[in-house]
Amino acid sequence: MNNPYRPERYEIISIERETAYDYTFRVAARLPVASGQFVAVSLPGVGEAPISVSDFGPDYIELTIRRVGHLTQALHDLRPGDGLFLRGPYGNGFPLEEFAGRRLLIVTGGSGLAPVKSLINCYYRTPGEVTELTLAAGFKSPQDVLFQRDLERWAGRLAVTVTVDQTCDGWSGQVGLVTACVKELNLVDPGQTRAIVVGPPLMMKFTLLELAKLGLAPEHIWVSLERRMSCGLGKCGHCKIDATYVCTDGPVFNYTRARKLID
Amino acid sequence: MGAYALTEEDFASFFHALAADHDIFGPQRWAGRGPLAGTDQTGYGPVRTPGEILFDERAYFSPKEVFMPASETLFYFTEDEYREPAKAARPVILFLRPCEVQAVDRLDRIYLGNGPAQDPYYQQRREKVKFFVLGCGNGYPGCFCVSMGTNRTDDYAAFFSREGDTYYADVRGEFAPAAARWGRPVEWQPQFVAKNELVVHPPRQVAPSIYEDPLWREYDSRCIGCGRCNVVCPTCTCFTMQDIFYTDNARCGERRRVCAGCMIDGFTDLAGGANYRKTYGERMRFKTLHKVDDFRRRFGVNMCVGCGRCIAACPEYISFAHLINRLGEVTGDE
Repeated sequence: MNNPYRPERYEIISIERETAYDYTFRVAARLPVASGQFVAVSLPGVGEAPISVSDFGPDYIELTIRRVGHLTQALHDLRPGDGLFLRGPYGNGFPLEEFAGRRLLIVTGGSGLAPVKSLINCYYRTPGEVTELTLAAGFKSPQDVLFQRDLERWAGRLAVTVTVDQTCDGWSGQVGLVTACVKELNLVDPGQTRAIVVGPPLMMKFTLLELAKLGLAPEHIWVSLERRMSCGLGKCGHCKIDATYVCTDGPVFNYTRARKLID
Repeated sequence: MGAYALTEEDFASFFHALAADHDIFGPQRWAGRGPLAGTDQTGYGPVRTPGEILFDERAYFSPKEVFMPASETLFYFTEDEYREPAKAARPVILFLRPCEVQAVDRLDRIYLGNGPAQDPYYQQRREKVKFFVLGCGNGYPGCFCVSMGTNRTDDYAAFFSREGDTYYADVRGEFAPAAARWGRPVEWQPQFVAKNELVVHPPRQVAPSIYEDPLWREYDSRCIGCGRCNVVCPTCTCFTMQDIFYTDNARCGERRRVCAGCMIDGFTDLAGGANYRKTYGERMRFKTLHKVDDFRRRFGVNMCVGCGRCIAACPEYISFAHLINRLGEVTGDE
């Protein structure tokens, strides 16, 4: 039986501790992944969940996983050399052709940075693919900042702003909501700018309002949605909104479509 | 091929001849298994004798569990090894109603048609099933199949109707020789329900304003989110993955999928506690529009087949037929 529900076992190469509760797992998996796609991660006897691919290479993928439930707790207990189970990749990924030769603005909230990390890395490695890349990444507090080293590396070549909602001792960076950073952006030519917004629902809502004020057209904005999913194959029904299945039609949507999706 | 009349005895002989190399499923009564003391339950299951088949009543549960059991093991695992369960080998005869044949078509569209791959568990059950359709006479309380256009079907291997002690059948293909052996050829045509007491007007299209309409708020308090409507619906297909391990040895277990429902708490919950439809009114809106609007926009036919089960099952007397008609009133599409 050709069984799309059957996961394969892959070995964990390394586990990077990003924050107290976000770990990045590098897994020895050769999968045809595109930026923005996700995989179904499972441990037998524990459970299965959709997790976006935060980065990938020819012979590995990376998954940045927050410890929030049963499965993620069990995943955090694993060590390099242990195995985890994957099926996928699923979903559509980001439309890179839409960004080529334009200015790209990426706004993320919290772990929303994970699904766009590979995209940022791609543009970091091949400058000129987009004319300019601006990243505004918001986190709750300095302790919640993901991909610290990557952010520092990117800042050398890209316009990177990292902001935290609540500060603490030792933080020299920006403080305030990420929407405030968006407000301060000066878009010389909004018609030539494309934007990606990924984060919690409220953050996305207000960021999209700010982008509209900056003159960005809805058809020039993409969002990535997070929903409960059990299959990734358009069967289980959990992620359906209206006539749209987030797992197969998304998770990346142009905002002209996403704004009409009412859960 | 043709129409036959069978006595009760003939029907039993025909049934047992087919039972030799088929698993036979159909609607039946389970004495004493109703939700209240001293009540019976009705639903679909294996039929061992022809007398068990519930000819004159709509079963409370639908035949969907023949194709997608409420709890189904996808894999057995031992440590890191996944093994698929053994497949049923025998072909299946399923006695069901015309609207339920239409309902199986809706299941097909999700499990076989939607997404990048067919569902192999559903597919291997589905391909083994032959439909034996049961005539509905004048229909049952709360049915509205005529309004939904699902009162007829031509997709069957045999069609049966019982009138008094006589069974009339239109039998096709591989089952015709057995029918000819025990039946008496007659001039007879399958009769489908032509008129229901309940008439609904499914909307041809709904206005976007329907999402904000105050009508849904009424269900915040009327609906209790029990999910009976999801469970009895012949077209509700949703499921949730569930891993279990054996208490004697946690290194062995199963991955199952279990029936899920959009009216039930937890359906849209994310790890961390977020959830996308908190109120029962929002869930009612989601379910209603799926059954009579967005499924049609994606697949070309309405999902609801008008069997009336959700109306019969609702402990709060919420009429889905009435709700569909209210939708038409709100959107001005009568």
